[in-house]
Amino acid sequence: MTQLYHFHGGVHPPTHKALSVRSPIATPPLPSKLVIPFHQHVGSMAKPLVQAGDYVFKGQLIGMPEDGLSSAIHASTSGTIAEIGMQVVAHASGLPDLCATLIPDGKEAWVVREQRNPITLPIDEIRHILRLAGIVGLGGAVFPSDAKLRGGKHHVRTIVLNGAECEPYITCDDMLMRQRARDIVRGGDIIRRVLGADEVLIGIEDNKPQAIAMMQEACVDRSSMRVIAVPTLYPGGGAKQLIRVLTGIEVAAGVRSTDKGVQCFNVATAYSIYRAVAFSEPLLSRIVTVTGNVHKPQNFEVLIGTPVDELVAWAGGKPDTTHHIMGGPMMGVPLPNDQVSVVKACNCIIAASDALFPPAPPAMPCIRCTRCAEVCPQELQPQDLYWFAKSKNFGKAQEFHLFDCIECGACSYVCPSHIPLVQYYRFAKSEIWARDNDKKAADQARERHEFREYRIEREKQEKADKLAAKEKAALAAKPAASDDAQQKIQAALAVAKQQAVTPKNVSDLTPQQQAEIADIEARRANNQARAQSDAGT
Amino acid sequence: MISALLVMAGIAIVLGAVLGFAAIKFRVEGNPLVDKIDAVLPQTQCGQCGFPGCKPYATAIAAEEADINCCPPGGEEGIRKLAELLNKEFKPFGDNAKPKPKAVAYIDENTCIGCTLCIQACPVDAIVGAAKQMHTIIAADCTGCELCLAPCPVDCIAMNPIEETLSVWKWKYPVYALSPTP
Ligand code: SF4
Ligand code: SF4
Ligand code: SF4
Ligand code: SF4
Repeated sequence: MTQLYHFHGGVHPPTHKALSVRSPIATPPLPSKLVIPFHQHVGSMAKPLVQAGDYVFKGQLIGMPEDGLSSAIHASTSGTIAEIGMQVVAHASGLPDLCATLIPDGKEAWVVREQRNPITLPIDEIRHILRLAGIVGLGGAVFPSDAKLRGGKHHVRTIVLNGAECEPYITCDDMLMRQRARDIVRGGDIIRRVLGADEVLIGIEDNKPQAIAMMQEACVDRSSMRVIAVPTLYPGGGAKQLIRVLTGIEVAAGVRSTDKGVQCFNVATAYSIYRAVAFSEPLLSRIVTVTGNVHKPQNFEVLIGTPVDELVAWAGGKPDTTHHIMGGPMMGVPLPNDQVSVVKACNCIIAASDALFPPAPPAMPCIRCTRCAEVCPQELQPQDLYWFAKSKNFGKAQEFHLFDCIECGACSYVCPSHIPLVQYYRFAKSEIWARDNDKKAADQARERHEFREYRIEREKQEKADKLAAKEKAALAAKPAASDDAQQKIQAALAVAKQQAVTPKNVSDLTPQQQAEIADIEARRANNQARAQSDAGT
Repeated sequence: MISALLVMAGIAIVLGAVLGFAAIKFRVEGNPLVDKIDAVLPQTQCGQCGFPGCKPYATAIAAEEADINCCPPGGEEGIRKLAELLNKEFKPFGDNAKPKPKAVAYIDENTCIGCTLCIQACPVDAIVGAAKQMHTIIAADCTGCELCLAPCPVDCIAMNPIEETLSVWKWKYPVYALSPTP
């Protein structure tokens, strides 16, 4: 029996999970169109490789990852690209982003695939494959997996496979573990091999006995892999919370879990990693739970880019649905409309109705009951954070570790005053990020302005010096000029001399000044390079 | 008695020497208040404050020669920061100084005659080009100060407001009204 640890707080919201696990994962028919955003991951947007009118095969690369943190985008089925353009995407902002619209031809004609042996493949090549296969964290963070598998300066001893799935309504990982446990475990093998870890711990909440049984069976012949049932307690599926429960390791804010020798992957990510490495299948589809106000709540294997309205129709959407939520009721975001498409981050679509999600009663003033602090898994003081965010006192909010907040919503859930606490935290966080950016821009502008002032001063000086030299030469060449002219030249020379008495020119500088100038020049070259690369994108 | 006086005098001399040394060794270059104010200003360098740049305005504020509500690019937020820094009352903008949405300049490259006048006007060297060659703006460096608009003889520079995109989108302040306690 493994020793388990506890995290602070936590809540027990009703799970509503039984609804959507009655039937196995279904494959819906091809949708009428697929709208595939080029930016579905953390990092920079993938560069479009196709144009309107192009024919693409299923699995064809249509978005090339940029240098650095980025990921690839693929055609989810074969067909014709109808348009590359801005479309509203599944994001709380309701803003448009660059998408490819693909009209399926119904043939599902694949690109050439090859089978590989993940045991013998060089590790660098595995990372390369994952990058080009567009594999990102499917638990919701959509962080490119190849970057996560690069490891840090610390050796990763323990891999945590996250099958906790603590958020109410969502059952996609549960069903995946029940039906495809073997491939998940093989994905775990690949992750372990790439990071050179000693053990793999698979954490599953104890309200999923079937998933636990299937996973146990799948890894029974692996001594380094263990399935561990963890108590059902929201948000036990948060990466930090699960790591804490399984290993007892506390990951503070700003510290990466790799620095503590642990790395956490979602089980669905492990599955996709295996499919990509062994069968060169890019991330074209994911399991999505469709539940809530529908006749037949269940899990679907959904092609990335499938419009939400078509997906919900297959589950029998009811007419009194008011809107759709992407993700769960605790951390999910309402979708701007139901024409947006399923993206890699989308683990669940909940059709919301007034009966299921009655409008929140109006918020009342905080009574400082500290119930929020009792349940906060990050051991924060949500009531203080709320106060600082509300009064836009962002410095103080940061001092009180705003950025430790994982936006789990446990505090809002218990708040007797029904204050939408998480919204205040999200607001404060994005304000702080925006300010940081403004500050950086201002610093850059100051630097450029100062350099310009300095340059103008220097040019002025150089001009004056040149003029003086010229006059001198002219004077030497024409010694017999008329008295009048002589006088004028003398006067000009005097002026020039006076100016030249205090030369601020580069010729007469202390080493320190010289160093300063070199410094500014370097910074400037740097800025220019950056601006050019910005302009080039 | 004498010895006590001597000890006190000795201590005073030693401390004086330390303080004197520290004053020379750790002397702060420039005027720290001006730098602090300058750090709060947005560095657009537009001159809307009536001074030829942010630093001169900061100097004027430090010398109590200018009000704190003269910098439209800084917005009300900027005034608030200045008020906090200087321990003053917040003061709203006057009628003639209203903040505008942020924008970047854009040169219509077909119309540009390559006169270099805009390059000379740009306070942050955000325009590249050479005489009789088409000019263009490095959008990432442009502060949106509008100083390049007036000098252009063929009016080919326009200000494009920065549109909200996914990467710069911010969560809004929650609009839930607090209901009064019964
Ligand atoms: S639970 Fe709500 S009312 Fe109680 S202290 Fe926290 S924010 Fe205030
Ligand atoms: S949302 Fe943030 S503050 Fe609230 S309970 Fe979760 S971690 Fe704590
Ligand atoms: S008005 Fe323009 S020049 Fe003056 S302080 Fe503000 S940004 Fe700087
Ligand atoms: S390009 Fe024009 S608007 Fe932009 S910083 Fe330079 S002068 Fe100002």
